[in-house]
Amino acid sequence: MVNWNIILSIAKTHLLTKIKQTAIAALGVTFGIGSYITLVCFMTGLNTMLDNLVLNQTPHIHIYNEIEPSEKQPISLYDNLKESFNVVHSIKPKLSQKKIHNGLPIIKFLEKDDAVRGALPQVKTQIFYMAGSIELAGNLTGINPLSEVELFNLGDYIVEGSAEALHNTDNSILLGIGIAKKMALKVGDRVQVSPIKGGIFPLKIVGFYQSGIADLDAVQSFSNIKTVQRILGEANNYITDINVKLYDIENALPLAQKIEQQFDLKAIDIKTANAQFETGTDIRNLITYAVSITLLIVAGFGIYNILNMLIYEKMNDIAILKAIGFSGKDVQLIFMSQAMIIGFVGGVLGLLIGYGLSSLIATVPFETEAIPTVKTYPINIQPSFFIIGFSFAMLSTFLAGYLPSKKAKKIDPVKIIRGL
Amino acid sequence: MTTVLEAKHINKYFKKPVMFHVLKDINFQVKKGEFASIMGKSGCGKSTLLYILSTMDTDYEGELYLDNKLISGSDSEHLSYMRNKHIGFVFQFHYLLSEFTILENVMLPAKKLGEKSYQEIEHDAMDKLKMLNIEHLAKKQASRVSGGEKQRVAIARALINNPSIIMGDEPTGNLDSHNAENVFNIFKRLSEEEDLSLLIVTHDEDFANKTDRIIQMEDGKILL
Repeated sequence: MVNWNIILSIAKTHLLTKIKQTAIAALGVTFGIGSYITLVCFMTGLNTMLDNLVLNQTPHIHIYNEIEPSEKQPISLYDNLKESFNVVHSIKPKLSQKKIHNGLPIIKFLEKDDAVRGALPQVKTQIFYMAGSIELAGNLTGINPLSEVELFNLGDYIVEGSAEALHNTDNSILLGIGIAKKMALKVGDRVQVSPIKGGIFPLKIVGFYQSGIADLDAVQSFSNIKTVQRILGEANNYITDINVKLYDIENALPLAQKIEQQFDLKAIDIKTANAQFETGTDIRNLITYAVSITLLIVAGFGIYNILNMLIYEKMNDIAILKAIGFSGKDVQLIFMSQAMIIGFVGGVLGLLIGYGLSSLIATVPFETEAIPTVKTYPINIQPSFFIIGFSFAMLSTFLAGYLPSKKAKKIDPVKIIRGL
Repeated sequence: MTTVLEAKHINKYFKKPVMFHVLKDINFQVKKGEFASIMGKSGCGKSTLLYILSTMDTDYEGELYLDNKLISGSDSEHLSYMRNKHIGFVFQFHYLLSEFTILENVMLPAKKLGEKSYQEIEHDAMDKLKMLNIEHLAKKQASRVSGGEKQRVAIARALINNPSIIMGDEPTGNLDSHNAENVFNIFKRLSEEEDLSLLIVTHDEDFANKTDRIIQMEDGKILL
């Protein structure tokens, strides 16, 4: 039978008479947990921001016609040479169209799929921006502006003007900010573009686009899909790319494989296209946890040390407690509860400090050209971090308390009493 | 007269550093209300015997009965309980928990036993302190009272659960003659008035001569 009242009251008396040591041990835990919470909130906040930087504007599946050599050369279809070893030199890519065949029906088909949030057509083409006699090479992408804003957060990257203006104005262009700077253009001006096949089309500038990647901003512009089709002299079923957004990113790979097989098109899923981002996120998480665990282990050793010393100091008390009828288990519980009290108090303080620090960091201004929407440092405060942190605190103090208390349990009172 | 404590054929060996037969076939009884002392030269095994009788040392051969119940071979939880309820202990050094008050020290074994409410325990503890004329010390920190007073507190603590027997390992060995006299008188009174059994290991011949019975030990044997 365990009498918790008496065990806790002895534990409390021990802790309070050694208040300095108790405080130091608890502060070790506080420091460990506090920095874990701060680190993990800050790091995951940054991770989410960096991932969003890429993921928000990247389609989950990108479908297009790849220019590549045929997998089977005609010679391998010729039955008479089936058994022989054929070598073909200087294979050239197959002549095919850039356009996706039956693009619009494919989009309709994809949008019926339950996993798909939306499938948007695009027309990509190379053009020249004309500035007097100078021609600047660039890319023009025809889009449905309003749908792009909804699914791929295009709005976040329009620094002047708006997607609505692009949608409503005929022969309009959303110009990359780099081009605008080079050509000294402002919203409302006209810019002349020329497709590779020739001809000159004046387009009205309705806004500027800034992705944060300077090289991209110096070439990329957007226009309505119809405008681009007109510039290229193509029909309105001319589509070069389909961007698919899913509800769950995990479905991207299987769906991409299915599309490739079904339509004989190239379909790249986001994870294949951005494998390096996943790696970066994983490594940052790894560092966060490694640092936090190190801090907690250090705190745990502090507790271990202090309890060990306490038990040496209290040898006589332990012997006397055993002599007057406390069992080894009772004595162990006394010291375990001291460790757990230190862990609990230190852990709760650590959570509060971690929360305070994270909230403080979240108010520090952080402005960067790369992400126009971010104004302060990104902090990701989640209840699960606090639960993990608290469990960590209790677990490490439990382990740190277990060994010394086990020793206290085994102390032979006769040896202590007779040894004096 | 009922038997409170009985030892049958107790043998004990020290295995380290060399095999040594400390206690050789010890047999004796302590009756209710008896005030017995164990005398003998240093190293004759009298303290070793006492710690076996106290149930703290379990590494022996033979049988030990407390209130006619066999307690040899019980698990340590049960032995702790028996010690708590039936045996009171007084040591040469006073062994109070220095961070607690005198009253808390006395109450500790009763709180562990948990058979009474806090108020009852406190009342009992004050009674014991009054009986030993140290009730004025109740609220003092244990580290702040004198040696003789500490020993009386230790006796009060030994009495709190109304045990069957009080054991003492040279309880007067560390006290001056005045305090030693005082402690002896308390033991004597407990034996006569409360009908309590006492078993005291001592070197002090004057002390032993005043007890009801002297158990003389030599070389691990009881001399009759």
